[in-house]
Amino acid sequence: LSRDHLDEDDWEEVEDTLITADVGVAATTEIVERLRERTRVLGTRDPSELRALLAEELIAAIGADADRSLHTAPHEDRPAVLLMVGVNGVGKTTTCGKVARVLVADGRTVLLGAADTFRAAAADQLQTWGERVGAETVRGPEGADPASVAFDAVRQGIAAKVDTVLVDTAGRLQNKVGLMDELGKVKRVIEKNGPVDETLLVLDATTGQNGLLQARVFTEVVDVTGVVLTKLDGTAKGGIVISVQRELGIPVKLIGLGEGPDDLAPFEPAAFVDALLGEAA
Amino acid sequence: MFDTLSDRLSAVFTSLRSKGRLTDADLDKSMREIRVALLEADVALPVVKAFTQSVKNRARGSEVHQALNPAQQVVKIVNEELIGILGGETRRLRYAKTPPTVILLAGLQGAGKTTLAGKLALWLRKQGHTPILVAADLQRPNAVQQLQVVGQRAGVEVFAPEPGSGVGDPVKVARDSIEFARRQQHDIVVVDTAGRLGIDADMMAQAVAIRDAVQPDEILFVVDAMVGQDAVNTAQAFKDGVGFDGVVLTKLDGDARGGAALSVRHITGEPIMFASSGEKLEDFDVFHPDRMASRILGM
Ligand SMILES: Nc1nc2c(ncn2[C@@H]2O[C@H](COP(=O)(O)OP(=O)(O)OP(=O)(O)O)[C@@H](O)[C@H]2O)c(=O)[nH]1
Ligand SMILES: Nc1nc2c(ncn2[C@@H]2O[C@H](COP(=O)(O)OP(=O)(O)OP(=O)(O)O)[C@@H](O)[C@H]2O)c(=O)[nH]1
Ligand SMILES: [K+]
Ligand SMILES: [Mg+2]
Ligand SMILES: [Mg+2]
Repeated sequence: LSRDHLDEDDWEEVEDTLITADVGVAATTEIVERLRERTRVLGTRDPSELRALLAEELIAAIGADADRSLHTAPHEDRPAVLLMVGVNGVGKTTTCGKVARVLVADGRTVLLGAADTFRAAAADQLQTWGERVGAETVRGPEGADPASVAFDAVRQGIAAKVDTVLVDTAGRLQNKVGLMDELGKVKRVIEKNGPVDETLLVLDATTGQNGLLQARVFTEVVDVTGVVLTKLDGTAKGGIVISVQRELGIPVKLIGLGEGPDDLAPFEPAAFVDALLGEAA
Repeated sequence: MFDTLSDRLSAVFTSLRSKGRLTDADLDKSMREIRVALLEADVALPVVKAFTQSVKNRARGSEVHQALNPAQQVVKIVNEELIGILGGETRRLRYAKTPPTVILLAGLQGAGKTTLAGKLALWLRKQGHTPILVAADLQRPNAVQQLQVVGQRAGVEVFAPEPGSGVGDPVKVARDSIEFARRQQHDIVVVDTAGRLGIDADMMAQAVAIRDAVQPDEILFVVDAMVGQDAVNTAQAFKDGVGFDGVVLTKLDGDARGGAALSVRHITGEPIMFASSGEKLEDFDVFHPDRMASRILGM
C-alpha cells in the first residue's frame, strides 16, 4: 500500500494479507466489507490510514475487551484445576510445563497430572517438564484410564494442599467421537472434586481452517475457557483465532513462542495484529 | 451454505440452464467459487491463484461450453487438474545399491515424525526388510523413549546411544548409526530428527549436518494435513534448507481438507509418497492422489 489513494489493488492486498494469515474467507470478507464502509464514510485515501483502520478492525474482531486472565489461584479448600486439551502435537504437554514454570516462579506449588496414558512416553515427557520447573507429576500405569489418573492427581493435589493442578491430556482429533467422549469423562470425573477453573484449548499457529472446527467441537465437549496459541515463533500468523473469537467468543489467553520453559507470554491483541499484518499492509 | 464445490458450481450454473450458453461472466463467477473452495480447504493463496488460472484456461475451451451440465464439467476439470498436480507418477522408495538404505525424516514440531518412523519400520519389516530406527532427536523431552516404545511396538531395533532430553550430539548419533547398521546387517536406517521451524537457522544447519553425516537415499518432509497458509513458507524453507525428495502427509484421519498437499506439491515439485492416518502404527498407506483431490474439493 504505497500510493496516495485507494484502488482495487489496495483492497486485494488487504484481502491477501488476511487470507495468507489464515483468517479465513468468511471472516476476511466481513472485515473487508466493514473496512470499505468505514473508509467510504471517513473518506480515507491514504493507504497508511487504511492500515491503521484495518488494525482497529482486527483488534475489535479478536475481542478488544475479552477477559484474558488465567484463573490459577487456589480455592479455600482445594487447588485451582486447569485442563489442557487439543488435537495431536499442538503443544499441550509443553504448555503444561511452561505454565507450571510461571506459577512456580510466582511462588506457587504446582502438581502435574499425566492423563495422557496413551501416547508413547507422554507421561515421561510431562514428568521431565515437571523436574525441569519444580513440580511433582502424578502418573498412572501405561494404558490406565485417563479419567482416573486425572481424578487421582486432583485428589493428591487437595491432600498435599498445592495451589494449582495442571492436567495434561492426550492429543485427539475432534472428529473421533470415542476419544471426545473420553475427554468429556475426564472432565466430569475431575469435577467430582469441584469445578475445573480453566479448560485451555491449545491451537497450533500453523493450523488452517480446521482450527475453527477444533474449537467448536472441543468447546461443545468440555466448555473451553481460553485458547493457547502455540508456535507463534515460526512464520505462521495464527489468524484462525480471529474466527474462533468471532464465532465462539473464546479468548486467546496465552501464546507459545518456542520450546523452552520461558517461551510463554500473555496474549496481546495489538502485538498479535501487528505481527499478522507484518510489512505487507 | 454449499458444502462441496459441486454444490457451489451447480448454484452458479443453474441460471444457465434457461440460457443454455456460458458467458465469460458465468465463468468468472465459477472461478471465484473455485477460489473460495480451495481457500477453505487451506490451499495456499499463491497456489490458488496459479491453479485457478490454469483451470480457467481449460474451462474457456469448448468442453465446457458444449457440455450438457457445465457445472459438472468444470468440477471434472478441477478434479483432473488437481490429480495432475498431486499425482503425476507416484514414486516408490529408492533403495541404495549397497545397503543400508538411509531414510531421513524432517519437519516442523509435532508433525508426526516419530510416529511415522515406527509406521515406516513396521511397513518395511512386513516386506521382509530389517530396518533400524535411529534416535537423533536429543532435544525434545523424552523423544528417545518415545522412539524406543514405538520401535518395540514395530518389532524393530532402535539405535539410541544417547539419553536425549538435551544430552548428546545428534550428528554423531546419526553418523554412528550407519556403521552400526552395517555391522548388524540392517538393510534400512530410518533417522528420526527433532522438530524444527523453517526459519530456525541453527536447527536447519543441524539438519544439514545430520544429512551430510548419513548421506540419505531419501529425505522425507513430514507435514500435518491440518496446516494452513504457512505450508508454502515451511515447505520452501525445508526445501532450501535440508532439502527433501518426498513428502508424507499426516493426520489424514482428521477432517481437515488438506489443501497443504496441493501447496507443498506445487511449490516444491516433490511427490507426496505416503499418507499417515492415525496414531496406530498400522495407520499408514502409500499416497492416493485421486482420494486427496476429492477430499480437497469436499466430495
Ligand atoms: N517452536 C515451538 N515449538 C513448540 C511450541 N510449543 C510446543 N512446541 C513443540 O511442539 C512439539 C509438540 O509439543 P507437545 O507439547 O509434545 O505437544 P502435545 O500437544 O502434548 O502433543 P501430543 O500429546 O502428542 O498430542 C514438541 O516438539 C514441542 O517442543 C512453541 O510454542 N513453539
Ligand atoms: N490422529 C493422528 N495422530 C497422529 C498421526 N501421526 C502422528 N500423530 C500424533 O501426533 C502427535 C505428534 O506425533 P509425533 O510423532 O510425536 O510428532 P513429531 O513430529 O515426532 O514431534 P516432535 O518430535 O515433537 O517434532 C502424537 O500425539 C502422535 O500420536 C496421524 O496420522 N493421525
Ligand atoms: K509468527
Ligand atoms: Mg502431550
Ligand atoms: Mg518426534
